[in-house]
Amino acid sequence: MNEKPDMTEKYLGLYRDNIDKISGRSSPFINTFRAAAFDKFSKLGIPSKKNEAYKYTNLSLFFDHDYESYFMPVQSDFLKAEKFRCEITDLDAHGIVLLNGFYPTLKEKLVQLPSGIWIGSLNEAALRFPDIFEKHFGKYAKSETDGLIHLNTAMASDGVFVYVPEGVTLTRPVQVINLVQSDDDMFNQHRNLIIAEKSSIFSIIICDHTLSPAKFLTNSVTEVFVGEDAHFDIIRVQNEHNNACKITNTFIHQEKNSVSSSNNITLHGGLIRNSTYHILAGEGAESHSYGLFLADKWQHIDNFVNVDHAVPHCTSNQLFKGVLDDMSTGAFNGRILVRPDAQGTFAYQKNNNIILTDDAKMDTKPQLEIFADDVKCSHGATIGQIDGDALFYLQSRGINKREARLMLMFGFAHEVIQNIKIEPLRERMDNLVMQRLKGELSRCASCMVKCG
Amino acid sequence: MLVIKNLKASIDGKNILKGISLEIKPGEIHAIMGPNGSGKSTLAAVLAGREFVEITEGTVTYLGKDLLVMAPEDRAKEGIFLGFQYPIEIPGVSMVNFMKTAVNEHRKHKGLEPLTASDFLKMMRDKKELVEIDSKLANRSVNEGFSGGEKKKNEIFQMAMLEPKLAILDETDSGLDIDALRIVANGVNKLKRPDNSFIVITHYQRLLDYIVPDVVHVLYDGRIVKTAGKELAFELEEKGYDWIKKEIENTVS
Repeated sequence: MNEKPDMTEKYLGLYRDNIDKISGRSSPFINTFRAAAFDKFSKLGIPSKKNEAYKYTNLSLFFDHDYESYFMPVQSDFLKAEKFRCEITDLDAHGIVLLNGFYPTLKEKLVQLPSGIWIGSLNEAALRFPDIFEKHFGKYAKSETDGLIHLNTAMASDGVFVYVPEGVTLTRPVQVINLVQSDDDMFNQHRNLIIAEKSSIFSIIICDHTLSPAKFLTNSVTEVFVGEDAHFDIIRVQNEHNNACKITNTFIHQEKNSVSSSNNITLHGGLIRNSTYHILAGEGAESHSYGLFLADKWQHIDNFVNVDHAVPHCTSNQLFKGVLDDMSTGAFNGRILVRPDAQGTFAYQKNNNIILTDDAKMDTKPQLEIFADDVKCSHGATIGQIDGDALFYLQSRGINKREARLMLMFGFAHEVIQNIKIEPLRERMDNLVMQRLKGELSRCASCMVKCG
Repeated sequence: MLVIKNLKASIDGKNILKGISLEIKPGEIHAIMGPNGSGKSTLAAVLAGREFVEITEGTVTYLGKDLLVMAPEDRAKEGIFLGFQYPIEIPGVSMVNFMKTAVNEHRKHKGLEPLTASDFLKMMRDKKELVEIDSKLANRSVNEGFSGGEKKKNEIFQMAMLEPKLAILDETDSGLDIDALRIVANGVNKLKRPDNSFIVITHYQRLLDYIVPDVVHVLYDGRIVKTAGKELAFELEEKGYDWIKKEIENTVS
């Protein structure tokens, strides 16, 4: 399953060259995972198209490149990051900025909010809260086939940590602004750990931005623990330039009667791969996985979803949509695994795509593996053009063809966006999607990169 | 208002309309009846501007203009409305946004300013009341999850919003229970004015118990084979279409 050996070799070399420096600045507990992860990575390598889960995505476009640096921060970087402000001014959130995967504040690396909530640097949390940290870190991000997860475990040393204690409701969402900025072509990795204890309620927004035109490769892993009866939502908004590659691996582990949702909104990006793993580990748990992407030019967007019904009486729902213009390509792979004991499972999956040109291409692959018999599962995938009947219906009411097409595409996208519960964010997404569909620049204005 | 002369049209090379001539004056209600497959819906599609129908001969003049060269949206703005036999579900597009866009396109065409949000909502309220539709329907996506009856009532609501000069109702009565039928018919009767006209396409006579036509046409095998007053509808209800078919066949042979 390896890509040509020299490509993987490059990253083995990178590890060997940097591991002392990385370990020196990381918590001892995080370091205990590195050697075994490196071992796994050297066996699995960078996933090639021979790997079933990466069949439609050519990672070598970004992995087979000599990046000038593997990011580790210096003080001036922190000052740059502090200047960044989010454009959604009416979004009342607890903001955190990550620069190239690091928590870029020199003092106050962990902030306490009322009711015992902590947000801040992952590495700092490993040092300050070893009990909580060690209970969860490295427990959910597991893979026997994907080398990238192990590459992250082997080398990542910081990211975001969020801890919400039992019974606490956080009314304002946590917003992580994930900035990538460098003068040189750069590879970076980060690791997030989010813990929603029993009966807690909160949501997190992760906004991915690129701030300079160099070539970037980001490989991130996020582990989420959702305790019994907890409600947790994660929304990811991706707005990166065409010469950037973002790989996200999100593992959401759910306990009994918990409810969680994940929503990946990809507005712009060169190559994006979002792998979302939902682990339904407690009876009565419910998960929702949403995704929307708008692609044009040579962009490639790949959503990979893996829902693991490990125990009985859980419900899962997937809704992923894509709009592909120009010669863009996309992939969707939705796996539902219902284990032998998971009776009373409800699992649904829907993937709809609109292709606007003859050159755009979409691959979609439902993958249902059902080993229990009392199960209700459904899946459906469509790849098509704008519905001619719907277009005529709108025109017959006096709406011109161009406007009618826009309304239909917007409506198509809105079906995903409407699941965002945070109103200012939902409105902002509707706006950005509309601008993007109109062909106007839709990246946040703070992005200086012209994608051309 | 509308003059159709010797209209012939085909779909995928198959001749459906084989020479239709018809004239509708302001204030008139015309019923077009006929057995399944006679070309009723194709005629509606031609008038509304569907592209899959190919016009092979004939002319359609609407308010003195050549209708057949106009885009569907321009026909709508000039006052033509088609009530669909099978209204389309459009998830993600709200009724409010849909109607606001449509109404303002019509206003722009007439050289009027767009309605303010509050004026528009008031208009929605008034029209909903007029056609007795459930106010919740307007808060949903266009026709999404509507029952058959709700979809048809929604067509009448849209007609009320757009105030057409010529409304073509394509089997609006099909699949309706008697209450929904009454609401649809009342909607039409309330919107009827001396200067606007209706073409009511129907398979059954029962809608015509509520909407009284000035003229009834029978369409059979792509031609209008009979035109008479409203009494023709009763005759059809009583005897079915077979006697007409026989009459035609006898004439031909």
